[in-house]
Amino acid sequence: MSDTLTAASTLAGRGIRLSRRNLDAVITSMMLPIMLMLVFVYFFGGAIDTGTRYVTYVVPGVLVLCAGFGAASTALSVSEDMRLGVVDRFRTLDIGGTPFLAGHVAAAVTRNALSTTLVLGAAFVIGFRPSASPGGWLAAIGLLLAYITAVSWLSAAIGLVTRTAEAAGAVTFFMMFLPYPSSAFVPIETMPSWLHGFAEHQPVTPLIESMRGLLLDQPVGDSPWIALGWCAGLLTLAVTASGFLFRLRTR
Amino acid sequence: MPPAIEATGLTKTYGDVRVLDALDLHVPRGTVFALLGPNGAGKTTTVRILSTLTTPDAGHARVAGHDVVTARSRVRRAISLTGQFAAVDETQTGAENLWTAARLSGLSRPAAARRAAELLDRFGLTEAGGRLTKTYSGGMRRRLDLAAGLVRDPGATQVMFLDEPTTGLDPRSRRELWQAVRELSDAGTTVFLTTQYLEEADRLADRIAVLGLGRTLAEGTPAELKARYAAHRLDVVASDEQSYVRLTERTSPAATRDPETRTLGVPTDGSAAHVRELLDTLDPGRRDIARFGLHTATLDDVFLTLTADKEPSRV
Repeated sequence: MSDTLTAASTLAGRGIRLSRRNLDAVITSMMLPIMLMLVFVYFFGGAIDTGTRYVTYVVPGVLVLCAGFGAASTALSVSEDMRLGVVDRFRTLDIGGTPFLAGHVAAAVTRNALSTTLVLGAAFVIGFRPSASPGGWLAAIGLLLAYITAVSWLSAAIGLVTRTAEAAGAVTFFMMFLPYPSSAFVPIETMPSWLHGFAEHQPVTPLIESMRGLLLDQPVGDSPWIALGWCAGLLTLAVTASGFLFRLRTR
Repeated sequence: MPPAIEATGLTKTYGDVRVLDALDLHVPRGTVFALLGPNGAGKTTTVRILSTLTTPDAGHARVAGHDVVTARSRVRRAISLTGQFAAVDETQTGAENLWTAARLSGLSRPAAARRAAELLDRFGLTEAGGRLTKTYSGGMRRRLDLAAGLVRDPGATQVMFLDEPTTGLDPRSRRELWQAVRELSDAGTTVFLTTQYLEEADRLADRIAVLGLGRTLAEGTPAELKARYAAHRLDVVASDEQSYVRLTERTSPAATRDPETRTLGVPTDGSAAHVRELLDTLDPGRRDIARFGLHTATLDDVFLTLTADKEPSRV
């Protein structure tokens, strides 16, 4: 077990060094959510009536988008390791699939915690003023980390089967659009009724609702639990699938 | 002491292509063994099976005395692998790459740092150790890759697998890598390498197996193979284009051909009788051959002889 932990933390360290030196990717993963936030707040925000200042409404959604978008890049780093034979070196050092993926996920969580913090900083600059209690902050951060972990591991599993960088990049694309049919940018009631079913029950919605509630110190009901349930479910699915896929790809 | 590598009846099929077809191998400890073959002969598959990365469909293999399927971890602790493409991270420095590998093989932080420094020194990379590996030359990268395979305690690596270690390297880097392989072998490590370069096998290996169609076509020392399959090569130069065409029709498929210089290389044992007979058979009218020369055969000739008739055979 301690071997597995050492291996995972060594690989996480490697992942962090690699991403720190791939500044283009880090900047892109931060600039895009910030740009989107600016676009929504300043271009569309005036026309959207959410009952509060739009910046207050939209920031939790932007944070979730940023987290998901950044976590999705795990698919690319895993897929590159598989393609370039780096994984063969690890395997001859007797490193199994779990520490290999855990290392990638840990690096992704660190990377995204940082970029999410910076996006939050940018939100402050344009007038986002959360009124969360200390407990609310902790809960919000915890939920976001759980979400990043689940999405990272899911992306890692997808990275195991995508054979090109382009295919791995599709995960990022998907994660970028998932928050749109949710309450991230506009209230769900304003969407056509056939979308309500999906928008209300997709994993991102309870997460955004909880983030909004927790950061603004409003009642959240059971949405944090639903969000946590989604994260746990997705993580379980991802860990199981990735174990299977790793064995399949390295036969 | 069991042999370093012992394989019997290794078979592997991908889709409907039988990449390995009942391959047998026997490599004594402390020797350099070269698996020689063209692209697609099954060299990489053999290395992947022996280094536990792939399981065979049939057959058994033991490396350093352990079964490659049932005792994977034990095999992995006794081997190192340098694949066809240097598996080092471009945006880590040489030292960081080695440190990562050393930590992964279970060394403590201080031990990993010491080991990385030792290996950089041993492979002549101390000065480059602090630079990102994307600034390295192809040869430096391969040496780093080789070093990364040796991060365990010195002596722990009993068998070293090198899959086409010099493919794509310039002549100087190739020579440097050969030197590194010789030093490893002198230190007692068994080296199993694959190559398409006959010169490489000739220079480095104690024994060579020629692989074709997933089987061993021949096995022996470089000298044995040359003596057995083509001691000499008769080069005949045709007088003109038509002569070249006529000569080509009369030579065996084992001959080397060079239309540019209108030269054909025909295997021979080098005796006067055989050379005379060959010249008569090739040019009964005595007008097609302008000049000839007799050469000591290279492994290229052995290789062509063997892969031309595609019949399995052994020394």
